[in-house]
Amino acid sequence: MSREDYETVIGLEVHAELSTKTKIFCSCPTEFGAEPNTHTCPVCMAMPGALPVLNEKVVEYAVKAGLATNCTIARESKNDRKNYFYPDLPKSYQISQFDKPLCANGKIDIEEEGKIKTIGITRIHIEEDAGKLNHNEFGSGSLVDLNRAGVPLIEIVSEPDMRSSKDAENYLRKIKSILEYIEVSDCKMQEGSLRADVNVSVRKIGAKEFGTRTEMKNMNSFRSIVRAIDYEAERQIEILEEGGKIDQETLRWDDVSGRTFSMRDKEDAQDYRYFPEPDLVAIRLSEEYIENIRKNLPELPESRKKRYLEEYKLTEKEAKMLTASKYMSNLFEEALKICGNAKIVANWLLSDVSRILNEKEIEPEQIPFTADNLAKMIMLIEKGTISSAIGKKVLEELFENPKDPEKIIEEKGWIQISDEGAIEEVVMKILQNNPQSIADFKAGKDRALGFLVGQAMKETKGKANPKMLNEKFLKELNK
Amino acid sequence: MDITKLTVHELQEKLSKKEISITDITKAYVDNIEKYEKDVQAFITPLSEEALEKAKELEAKVEAGEIKSNLAGIPIGIKDNICTKGIKTTCASKMLENFISPYNATVMEKINDENMINLGKLNMDEFAMGASTEYSYFQKTRNPWNLNTVPGGSSGGVAAAVAANMVPWALGSDTGGSIRQPASFCGVVGLKPTYGLVSRYGLVAFASSLDQIGPITKDVKDAAILLNVIAGKDEKDTTSVNKEKVDYTKALKNDVKGLKIGIPKEYFGDGINSEVKAKLKEAIETYKKLGATVEEFSLGIADYALATYYIIACAEASSNLGRFDGIRYGYRTENYTNLKDIYRNSRSEGFGEEVKRRIILGTYVLSSGYYDAYYKKAQQVRTLVKKEFDKAFEKYDVLLTPTSPTVAFEIGTKSNNPLEMYLADICTVSVNIAGLPGISIPCGVDSKGMPIGMQLIGNKFMEETILNAAYTYEQETKFRENYQPTFKGGAN
Repeated sequence: MSREDYETVIGLEVHAELSTKTKIFCSCPTEFGAEPNTHTCPVCMAMPGALPVLNEKVVEYAVKAGLATNCTIARESKNDRKNYFYPDLPKSYQISQFDKPLCANGKIDIEEEGKIKTIGITRIHIEEDAGKLNHNEFGSGSLVDLNRAGVPLIEIVSEPDMRSSKDAENYLRKIKSILEYIEVSDCKMQEGSLRADVNVSVRKIGAKEFGTRTEMKNMNSFRSIVRAIDYEAERQIEILEEGGKIDQETLRWDDVSGRTFSMRDKEDAQDYRYFPEPDLVAIRLSEEYIENIRKNLPELPESRKKRYLEEYKLTEKEAKMLTASKYMSNLFEEALKICGNAKIVANWLLSDVSRILNEKEIEPEQIPFTADNLAKMIMLIEKGTISSAIGKKVLEELFENPKDPEKIIEEKGWIQISDEGAIEEVVMKILQNNPQSIADFKAGKDRALGFLVGQAMKETKGKANPKMLNEKFLKELNK
Repeated sequence: MDITKLTVHELQEKLSKKEISITDITKAYVDNIEKYEKDVQAFITPLSEEALEKAKELEAKVEAGEIKSNLAGIPIGIKDNICTKGIKTTCASKMLENFISPYNATVMEKINDENMINLGKLNMDEFAMGASTEYSYFQKTRNPWNLNTVPGGSSGGVAAAVAANMVPWALGSDTGGSIRQPASFCGVVGLKPTYGLVSRYGLVAFASSLDQIGPITKDVKDAAILLNVIAGKDEKDTTSVNKEKVDYTKALKNDVKGLKIGIPKEYFGDGINSEVKAKLKEAIETYKKLGATVEEFSLGIADYALATYYIIACAEASSNLGRFDGIRYGYRTENYTNLKDIYRNSRSEGFGEEVKRRIILGTYVLSSGYYDAYYKKAQQVRTLVKKEFDKAFEKYDVLLTPTSPTVAFEIGTKSNNPLEMYLADICTVSVNIAGLPGISIPCGVDSKGMPIGMQLIGNKFMEETILNAAYTYEQETKFRENYQPTFKGGAN
């Protein structure tokens, strides 16, 4: 037996904070980053006697998410209490949904190397977020911040349909993209507004039964999810190969050591004692209400992709990559409106911008510059004010210190050299220093021209107008 | 004239005729508190001084025409599980001994809007769990009719304060009989409204699907007046119901001709004291004489009501009381080295025995493996109870039963026997399970002079029907004119 005889089975429980203005059961604001315990009231602080009132927007947003993931929307649904003690949970129960979720039986398609795979969505339910514990910087103990307590969440539970960490990443990216498109969550993973519990098991290929699964909670970066799944699958296979048994348990992924750790001992196995929330009435939705939301659902990534193919004549791959992130796609459309060239904007976003995002390990919504900045940079190249080589430098600068590209090139002295005399001076100098290239060119090696232009660009630190350089070199070489 | 013997509607009349002043009223009650509280011990937080000051202030405002409410200056007592901003709300628990709510319950907002005067927070069984008020962390309230007996519970301090004329009326809460049973023990009127008629916002939850705030008063008309104040849909309580506003005093017609009264025979079985039964039979005869038709019928499911009640109430309580964890407010143990200790010791030290008993019971019935056999089954029985009541109300306008199987019992005789204490609720719990309105009014005294209560149960939101039935009986029998508490027996 070996690694190749096993397959990994993955299911995800994605928690997305909804971007409603107010909390799920009271009218406190949901804004991130306020002073601790300032966005609180008797309800979300669980003062004795306070009662929850369900925010209708939360239901609307969850129904949107359900419709966008092809779920059936329950005409009648209810809230339940999930009971457990923890200092960030002021009522000592979380109001969630147990046996009658708002949405169920959905599915979405993910794509890997042209192959489409359907991932089932078991259910989507609404629930409240807990508060936050701040480990005390001034002494021992922890301080409780209840600003986040009662921020609305949806939990999207997938079927165990994923078979690799890549599948899981694709699925999560797709979910994130859908939620962004329908504008129900800002999906800021670094702020914790999108996070996932990852369930992993392994089994012999061909086996009918699932293996025992482990769960890694509160994962909030694509990279750690991929690493954690790969690590965990490997760990489980090793145990099985040595004749051992997998314990069903909750694990903590440690990004630094690249390992999972057991979180709770078995004594503490939680019994959440779910029961119907008696403080809230049943959620009843009319056919008309649901249809109304369906009709007003914003453009989803699939249809936007189609539009890009037809309207902008982008390639399948370009359209897919651009539309994967709503933020990226919006940036594309806005920049396009200003500078007018779809292909070029798409190129910049998919090559250099994407490369920098990868290097920095950040998400498109963390791009610090505006569509206007990007469009202006592109227009400066088209006008010949800068070369595309300088353009790349401007882009790097936009990531570090975003401002008007004209200002950047001015301050950095990156304006393109288009002066005939200056160009001639450089060309003559390069030719003088590279007699071999001249000989090569005359012997029919066209590559020599490219080399010479490159040398001239180097000499001018990329500022020379490449078109003029090209022409001048040709003219001199053909003399 | 003893002002404190007057009902609120009588006080209103005298106020409007300027025969008495707001200060006179408050002063008279404060004097009575001074006189009787040491024996009765109904108050956890008396507010006599604040009340006198408020009376002066209100008197000036009414004089100047700034306040129009005809309840302005009427004193009231509040059960200590109803949140009062700036005033302690202890739930008679060590857990909340020093807890001051940062907000007012919706009913308190309504009381304040009418410019009533809060005379104090009244004693109860801890977190409203009990039938004798002996489970209060602070003190045992005594029954003004015999100081050696309990006032009932859990609103024992409320009923005793009204009976002893230390407040003209008061607000209690009723989860399984906590308004009606103490009203019965203390010879006063207690109304548990239909579930959803009165907002629960700010009532410290015991069992959310059963709790309801209601009035305890000297007579039926006062109950109707106070219900007028507190009833109504509240945006802060989604289980409160939007109903057209009615004036309940208009329902008091002093006429029950043609009223169809059903007598569920299960409520007159072996467990009911024979003197209680005898008085109830007299009451039935009175109704017949007044022109009502009375018929016995069977409400078989009633036998399961008590078990169902204790499963549902304890299940909800086990969750509702989780927030008392020593983290944000309330009692925190001094004895801890880690988080688990904070939870375990704060709750072990902060809750009394009965509360802990119910938390454990409730936790048990919700646990995986037991949920189906207990909680789920109880919910199914609950549905059956509702259905049987629905069927009964197809035939009858009002159901008549004893409020309690016995009169007030002696202090200490049941507090160590939880099961026997639970049986004190046997006549009242099914009303909460079905979410119906129920009223208890006195219908006489036993051979030892202790009051006996009659319960009238109405269909959902038919408060007007039971109020009229109770009022008509009251006008005929004039209990208050014939009997008054004697404060006999010694505090010991």
